[in-house]
Amino acid sequence: MGVMSWPLLSLVVWIPVITGAILLFVPEARSSLGRLIALVSSLGALALSLVLLAGFELGTAAYQFQEKVVWIAAFDIHYHLGVDGFSLPLIVLTALTTVLVVIAAGSVTQRVNQYLGAFLILSGLMTGMFAALDAMLFYVFFEAMLVPMFLIIGIWGGPNRIFATIKFFLFTFFGSVFMLIALIWLYLQAGSFAIADLHSLPIGLEAQIWVFLAFLIAFAVKIPMWPVHTWLPDAHVEAPTGGSVVLAAVMLKIGGYGLVRFSLPIAPDASSALDWLVIGLSLVAIVYIGFVALAQSDMKKLIAYSSISHMGFVTLGLFLAFAIARNTGELSGAGLGISGAMVQMISHGFISGAMFLAVGVLYDRVHSREIADYGGVANVMPWFAMFAVFFFMANSGLPGTSGFVGEFMVILAAFKADPWFAFFAAMTLILGAGYSLWLVKRVFYGEVGNDKVAELEDLNAREWVLLTVLALLTLGLGLWPYPLIELMEPSVANLVDHIMTTKVD
Amino acid sequence: MDIKTILLLIPLLPLIGSAIAGLLRHPIGRSGAHTVTILAVASSFGLSAWVAWQVFMTDWEVLNYTVYKWAVVDGIELEVGFLIDSLTALMMVVVTFVSFMVHVYTIGYMKDDPGYQRFFAYINLFTFAMLMLVMANNFLQLFFGWEAVGLVSYLLIGFWFKKESAVRANLKAFLVNRGGDFGLLLGVAAVLMYMGSLDYAEVFAAAPTVAGQTMTVFGGVEWSVMTFICICLFIGAMGKSAQVPLHVWLPDSMEGPTPISALIHAATMVTAGIFMVARLSPMYELSTTALSFILIIGAITALFMGLIGIVQNDIKRVVAYSTLSQLGYMTVALGASAYSVAIFHLMTHAFFKALLFLAAGSVIIAMHHKQDMREMGGLGRIMPITAVTAWVGSLALIGFPFFSGFFSKDIIIESVKQIDRTGASFAVFAVYAGVVVTALYTFRMLYLTFHGKPRADEEMLSHAHESPWVVTLPLVLLAIPSLLVGYFTVEPLLFGGALSDAIYIDPANDPVAAVGSHFHGPAAFALHGFVTPVFWLAMLGVGLSTWIYLFQPSVAENVKRRFHWLWTVLDRKYGFDEFYQNIVTGGGLKLAGFLSRRGDRMIIDGWIVHGSARLVGAVAARVRGVQTGFLYHYAFAMIIGLVALVFAFVLLKG
Repeated sequence: MGVMSWPLLSLVVWIPVITGAILLFVPEARSSLGRLIALVSSLGALALSLVLLAGFELGTAAYQFQEKVVWIAAFDIHYHLGVDGFSLPLIVLTALTTVLVVIAAGSVTQRVNQYLGAFLILSGLMTGMFAALDAMLFYVFFEAMLVPMFLIIGIWGGPNRIFATIKFFLFTFFGSVFMLIALIWLYLQAGSFAIADLHSLPIGLEAQIWVFLAFLIAFAVKIPMWPVHTWLPDAHVEAPTGGSVVLAAVMLKIGGYGLVRFSLPIAPDASSALDWLVIGLSLVAIVYIGFVALAQSDMKKLIAYSSISHMGFVTLGLFLAFAIARNTGELSGAGLGISGAMVQMISHGFISGAMFLAVGVLYDRVHSREIADYGGVANVMPWFAMFAVFFFMANSGLPGTSGFVGEFMVILAAFKADPWFAFFAAMTLILGAGYSLWLVKRVFYGEVGNDKVAELEDLNAREWVLLTVLALLTLGLGLWPYPLIELMEPSVANLVDHIMTTKVD
Repeated sequence: MDIKTILLLIPLLPLIGSAIAGLLRHPIGRSGAHTVTILAVASSFGLSAWVAWQVFMTDWEVLNYTVYKWAVVDGIELEVGFLIDSLTALMMVVVTFVSFMVHVYTIGYMKDDPGYQRFFAYINLFTFAMLMLVMANNFLQLFFGWEAVGLVSYLLIGFWFKKESAVRANLKAFLVNRGGDFGLLLGVAAVLMYMGSLDYAEVFAAAPTVAGQTMTVFGGVEWSVMTFICICLFIGAMGKSAQVPLHVWLPDSMEGPTPISALIHAATMVTAGIFMVARLSPMYELSTTALSFILIIGAITALFMGLIGIVQNDIKRVVAYSTLSQLGYMTVALGASAYSVAIFHLMTHAFFKALLFLAAGSVIIAMHHKQDMREMGGLGRIMPITAVTAWVGSLALIGFPFFSGFFSKDIIIESVKQIDRTGASFAVFAVYAGVVVTALYTFRMLYLTFHGKPRADEEMLSHAHESPWVVTLPLVLLAIPSLLVGYFTVEPLLFGGALSDAIYIDPANDPVAAVGSHFHGPAAFALHGFVTPVFWLAMLGVGLSTWIYLFQPSVAENVKRRFHWLWTVLDRKYGFDEFYQNIVTGGGLKLAGFLSRRGDRMIIDGWIVHGSARLVGAVAARVRGVQTGFLYHYAFAMIIGLVALVFAFVLLKG
């Protein structure tokens, strides 16, 4: 019996959840034991997710590594897991981010075991959500993971953490209520919660539009899209470093994943009818939020706005297919947009995670997030400055880094849909470089800004490891995105086929 | 070794050198850093020279192949690959040779700098990026190289990052270039849409079929697709090659150390735009509108940027404005369909302008990093090698017969006279007038620096001496091609068809062929050069300069007083900087502040979320009441919540 016959997905989901739950009860005095458990558990989950990656069969859009047992028979709810080209990269990203966060927790001193426990639980729940093939299972994970995140910000966060957590919770909860209603309605039509059944369920256009809007509200809050984005900067500002990293690297991807898994395939005709709405909001996010990011004086807020702007490329890329079909009469380019959106999600996981870690490096030393409290950091932390310049350059979409790949693909696809879409999207070349490099200039360059900066010490071993891993991934994906795109290609092609087939009789 | 391995090594060696010098800067030390990087770039130059020999001297078949597949998506193959033809080979030799010289020179110029290893890492990295750009066989890799050289330029302009002016200049350079790249990227997107590929060969094959198509851009105006694409791509070239109005970053880039001003901001990176248009000649030949646009932009840059050079007092800035003006000449050549002549001038300019910058740097070393020419004068006797090589570079720059710049500039002027398209007559005027201006500012610089009475203080002069051999040797090695390269290459490159495997010119409208029909060997051409109006215009500039700066310095003051308005216009550089500073940057930041305060904080958060905010407050008060601080209480609450949720749902359904 080889490792492939294990219930791998379940292990990746539940190992972190169970070890996380155990950690909650490990007393404070045994924190080094707690750290060890967390590290082993997260590395184990990462290793298993890499086994999934190695065993994943390319060239098919079918769900793989499926596990299915009845959960609540009365409503035909199944514990049904499986992965395809969309979910597998996100699962690996989740496992990887968790390892990095556990390592980064070395700088946390207060209630370490519970802190690590919360992250492990969160990681397992997010993985479960990406792997769920049953809509109700998806929903349960989707809601449940709010709780650990809520606690992470609420307990280990900054001075305004209660305000931020409640704003975060209310926004997301508000959104997910609509999704629940839509799911129940769909269940009543299909008689099943299986996502595959919902994909093939024929629905009239008007009903599709309602379903689409309900999902859109839920996912738009998560992504977040303009104008339901204001919870994110507040949440980031108050969250501890690890919380920000997970929030940016993984949680923001849930909305985009939801659009791929639910909105587009369940309501393709509505997606086509309302693509102008999503595209419009995406372009507003890219341009308007790009400007807003320029005006920020708090590093975390700036990166948070930068995230919203970058997520605009995800939503834009996902909804270009219809306009391309209308404009050019063919489908070439539709897959380019969707693949670009997916690459952008993974890439943003690396880059935003690294940027929040970088802010954490400074915050741990100076206890300030204000740009004005720094200046000339490169004089005293030359190696850190090298990483920072690299990641902020990647954030401004420098070719050769992963930040370029997704944006490039989406802009190429956008031009096919309408040159004006590409025009507005490409403004990120200037805006993104503007807010990223202006921050670099103010924080890292110039004479040493003040006495606190003068006393800074360069990276320690832990920080070196974290930033090096992310830098290598950012470079690797930038120089050779081929394997990731190849992995996703069949699922992307399948989705394009599916959404181009009307569900209205 | 197989040819593909050699071609791969050419860019990779400097990349590896850069990684070693940059990441292992402490273990290998200063001499380790320059040894590794210079070995890398020297090998790269040697191999490039060998490749060029193969291309120009043997029966070379154009080599166009994929190095690796970058991504295959939606049936579009995006690749990293090399296209090795005459144009690439020429660029490879120019880039690696100048880079090699600059590396050696840096040993002397940066010898006391604490960032010594970092500097070598950057210039080696630059060599890699520039080679990737010129060797590309597709638009994706072009864009990669394009932005990668921009990155290194950013790092090097801000090399002395403690200086506020340096980090201001590097941000400005990067952002202005991004403005150009904005156009470039849209152009690339249009190429993919209309030609279905990003591979040069496939795009060129598809180009004629697209030539007749039109697209609606705005307000129902129909554009020729090819014109749209060519102008978008050229906007990228305007950023990189610093054409008006995207030129503003180049003078400020002089904040960087002088070796990189020579390498990046004169000889190589700034010519990337010229190279790109020449590379894409099969596309540009299909749009006369785009060529006219290029012609006019180039002519404006050639004349008006040269004029600013006359009023500069910083020696590097004079050379920088001269670079802008010369890039304008190259652009004019492109606009006149004389692509090969543009590349020819690119090559001669790379040698003599790198020489002039390095000579300026040698002066700056002697003057202990003072750059103001008003405090120089009479340095020729103290530093004879620098002075003589600077004279060689200057004579090449003003186009004195037999010097390399003579051939390239004269043929640009002759080519522009051959063509008949919108903007041509203005371009002819600009390139003629530019000759006077060039001679004027060049000799002003020579006189103010090397001749006349020394104006530096005794103390400074007693310490000033000729630079060490690592500085003067590159000067001499660059002076040789500045003098000779034109004479020996003009015939094969322009009239012998050496570049014809890379450059396409519509035979019905070929200005270079027209000039070639009157060409009877370089010697005859150069001798004839003494009796052309161009020569007398140059002599007029030299004469004026000699009279004013060598014999009657008061004239300069008088002219300045009499034409104060003109002096002010030039000194303010026509107000471009103020425009960008106040309108673009200032306006952008105001808008940013407005959107952040009014849009996000007031309207969205304040008004829309306001209603729920009070509710949030109320809930917050409740939550605070049940806060115990023990995680398992929360966890318990979470489970209860979940159970309640499922239960509620079951009831709802039931």
